[in-house]
Amino acid sequence: MCLAVPGRVERIYDADGTPMGKLNFGGVVKDVCLAYLPDIGVGDYAIVHVGFAISQIDERSALETLRTFAELGILQEGLDELREKQDESAES
Amino acid sequence: MKYLSEFRDGRRARMLAAEIGRIVTRPWSIMEVCGGQTHSIIRNGIDQLLPNGVEMIHGPGCPVCVTPLEVIDKALAIAALRNVIFCSFGDMLRVPGSRDDLFKVKGAGADVRVVYSPLDALKIARDNPAREVVFLAIGFETTAPANAMAVKLAKQQSLENFSMLVSHVLVPPAIEAIMNAPGNRVQAFLAAGHVCCVTGYASYPSIASRYRVPIVVTGFEPLDILEGIRRVVRQLELGEARVENAYERVVTEAGNVAAQKVLREVFAETDRTWRGIGTIPRSGWRLSDAYLDFDAEHRFDVADITTHESPLCRSGDVLKGAIKPHDCAAFGKECTPRSPLGATMVSSEGACAAYFNYGRFSRSER
Ligand code: SF4
Repeated sequence: MCLAVPGRVERIYDADGTPMGKLNFGGVVKDVCLAYLPDIGVGDYAIVHVGFAISQIDERSALETLRTFAELGILQEGLDELREKQDESAES
Repeated sequence: MKYLSEFRDGRRARMLAAEIGRIVTRPWSIMEVCGGQTHSIIRNGIDQLLPNGVEMIHGPGCPVCVTPLEVIDKALAIAALRNVIFCSFGDMLRVPGSRDDLFKVKGAGADVRVVYSPLDALKIARDNPAREVVFLAIGFETTAPANAMAVKLAKQQSLENFSMLVSHVLVPPAIEAIMNAPGNRVQAFLAAGHVCCVTGYASYPSIASRYRVPIVVTGFEPLDILEGIRRVVRQLELGEARVENAYERVVTEAGNVAAQKVLREVFAETDRTWRGIGTIPRSGWRLSDAYLDFDAEHRFDVADITTHESPLCRSGDVLKGAIKPHDCAAFGKECTPRSPLGATMVSSEGACAAYFNYGRFSRSER
């Protein structure tokens, strides 16, 4: 119940006054209630639990965590990978 | 998938584990509170990657596992009523009650429906105005905002045929109960990242200093968990007891303020019985007085319930970290995911199910 994966906001719409979004989870698109993330925008990523977005992913912190790993002598290639993916999603 | 594969890399996981091995000088026992993390640890073999002496104790943070037997029995009684459509998350269906489970009640003709979100249950209520629609609202602080919004919308929309059987549980009181328990072995906590993205972690520093226990807010992917472990081990080795956030991309100190506002309106704190563990003061949420009309326990008369737990099941000891699942004599014999004796064998987040599904049948397979 508590394993949540990040979804990408593709579209935001209104259902009887409740803000909703179409979120893409690696190809699977689901309707998600956005009432708890009023400031989220298209293209942002969110953590979703039982149909509700409860946290927006902070891109800068994600990169920083990967950088911490890199500083431990671990994963320079991880940063490269993330950058590549960002470039990909910027292109698409 | 973005924000996922980067945090799942096996080679990097081994290097993080090696870093933990480099800094550790003594044995330590660390509890991951959340069942989602338990699942991730066993599935990814993180416990097997860790240096000898660093032991993961699996905590009580599987909502399916700790939902009290009495609530399951009430759910079964309500679901069996004529004219009721009973809605539940799928992983509750096989949780054993005193005699049956929801799956069997459904087989016997009850209208039990699996929903992905409580909003689905609301829609069913709207579409079936002549029927009573009851939603089994369980979970930790992570699912609570969704359930709170469902009942708030039901009130706004005057959906009088909708009600909820509420059994919410809260993490911080459980952490304190574990630290206060006689014979406690837990020396540090990985706090559940997704609980904290709702509540924030402002309440944790006082727990960390009162019990002198490091608490690190931790995510769910293998590298997140290893990083959480690395940080608690570092604190333990240095004799520190602080709160750290190792899941900054998702969790802020304040948490989700919009959700907290609705939670305060819809729910009120209550003492709660945790299955296998017992009653923990102020460790749960019930519907607040303003929403009592939507409380299924008030709407349906299911008072005279006598519960009966399997005498073989030791899930309470598993949930408290006193034994590992394979220490239970029934594990893999009388008790399997197909015919579970206890709730910890049902949910994918339950420690018994995780040990069974990923082949941890004995100590040597640690
Ligand atoms: S293996 Fe089965 S019987 Fe034993 S503690 Fe786990 S759920 Fe209970």
